Amino acid sequence: MTHYLVVSAILFTMGVLGIFLNRKNLIIILMAIELILLSVNLNLVAFSAALNDLVGQIFAMFVLTVAAGEAAIGLAILVIYFRGRGTISVDDVNRMKG
Amino acid sequence: MDYAANLAMVLPEIVLSLGGLVLLMVSAWGGRSVSRGVSWVSVAVLMGAGIALIGPASAGGIAFDGLYNADLFAAFAKVLIFFAAAVSIVIAPRFFARTSGEDLRPEYPVLVLFSTAGMGMMVSANDLLTLYVGLELQSLSAYVLASFMRRDVRSAEAGLKYFILGSLASGILLYGISLVYGFSGTTIFGDIATAYAGAEGSTKIGLLFGLVFVFAGLAFKMSAVPFHMWTPDVYEGAPTPVTAFFASAPKVAALALSVRVAIEAMGPATGDWRQIVIFAALASIVLGAVAAINQQNIKRLLAYSSINNVGFALIGLAAGTAEGVAGVLTYMTIYIVMTLGSFLVVLQMRDEHGQPVETIASLSGLSRRRPALAAALAIFMFSLAGIPPLFGFWAKFAVFEAAVKADLVALAAIGIAASTIGAYYYLKIVKTMYFDAPAPAYGKSDSALEGGLIAAAALFVSPLGYLLIPVLGAWSLAAARTLF
Repeated sequence: MTHYLVVSAILFTMGVLGIFLNRKNLIIILMAIELILLSVNLNLVAFSAALNDLVGQIFAMFVLTVAAGEAAIGLAILVIYFRGRGTISVDDVNRMKG
Repeated sequence: MDYAANLAMVLPEIVLSLGGLVLLMVSAWGGRSVSRGVSWVSVAVLMGAGIALIGPASAGGIAFDGLYNADLFAAFAKVLIFFAAAVSIVIAPRFFARTSGEDLRPEYPVLVLFSTAGMGMMVSANDLLTLYVGLELQSLSAYVLASFMRRDVRSAEAGLKYFILGSLASGILLYGISLVYGFSGTTIFGDIATAYAGAEGSTKIGLLFGLVFVFAGLAFKMSAVPFHMWTPDVYEGAPTPVTAFFASAPKVAALALSVRVAIEAMGPATGDWRQIVIFAALASIVLGAVAAINQQNIKRLLAYSSINNVGFALIGLAAGTAEGVAGVLTYMTIYIVMTLGSFLVVLQMRDEHGQPVETIASLSGLSRRRPALAAALAIFMFSLAGIPPLFGFWAKFAVFEAAVKADLVALAAIGIAASTIGAYYYLKIVKTMYFDAPAPAYGKSDSALEGGLIAAAALFVSPLGYLLIPVLGAWSLAAARTLF
């Protein structure tokens, strides 16, 4: 049980760091978001097995479904952003500051 | 309980979802030519959803085996949400027609409807699963709305930033949810509260970690400091009707959801979450006031103003009493009218070609060219600053009174002191309008509807609004009592 939680915590931290430390590419941020959601799923399924309770696994199914929709919308927004700016570098997302 | 009784309790969301789906089909086949019709039908659907609140949907209690709670608290928040959504649909067609030169796409009202259905689920959530699905339905529609002007680089950037930071917030919230589920063994709010009451040792630590993550995720959604950084950029980049929507409806939903989670699911841990809420409240008030001072863009300024106002509403939550929750509801009622009114005035700021002008400097001398508009904006600014006798003062009074009654005198004192800093930039706008040399005039007003809405909002926050206090006070208190 502890092992699952540790792995999931490491994945979650990697996901968050992937968003904040990454200076290159917006696609990597989308991957980091997926990593966060997967760490949550791992947590939910591990708890579900440990508690002998199905709710966690059902929750994980919902998270997977919503994550698919989220990725689709994220990529769609990325495409219209790329059409306008011609770049997906993180450092260039700076039209508004203050 | 039989299935039909359950369905009757979720009637507002059913009306919104079915209406949204049918209108989505209509817009897919009709294209731009049907956009005005779809907008008006959407407003009618929102009204229908509001009417559907009468009956079991506002007094039914728990539905679907504990997944959903149709109480008066949810109904109160839903009335505010539906109203704000209807206003942001009504003001959109002219804005998009002027700014981009082509008619509004009919998907706009449809997305607002879906977002509103999600918000309805959020405020009625009685289970972490309902909370998550409702929140995501609201957020996913909002990401698309933020980037709705696809050819505008700033709108696309706003959508991108909103998406990335919003997804991160959902991830943090979900991680908290998984911890709460794991250490309490349930996802139903009432049972989670039982688990918090009986927790000790390592279970207690696990539950507290869950609590912190859940509150961090919720703070993101209502843009409370320290999770506010997306707000100014998204508010500036998104099209103005969308910004008006973001500043009103989702804020009410996120705050109502936080109140419900804090009181119903984590009530026994009040001492633990109160520290987080107090910090978020004070930090939001101070940062919202200080960071707004140097802003040149009116939408950015209103973004910081909204951060500032969320801080005041959170003071009511920090009190943790029925009066405090009633204060939050009163605050949000008055706040959405003030903020929608301000954004309606921002919609009037445009040059003679109809392109939006967003600098504060362009407001110079507005009192001479458009005295009525300047007077309305002055009323909204004075009211947002909380200066009596305007209605915004009563909103602040309600939350501060609850905080003092809950022995949080220091919190109330610091809040009042910080609100005077905030008054500075609101008054600066009034000074710009009334005393500075006139800037080039704005294009003529072309909508009696927008003018009427501005007048109605100004009348509501004027001292005449105090006539509503008995009704508003009684309703918000009755709604708040259902949580305790």
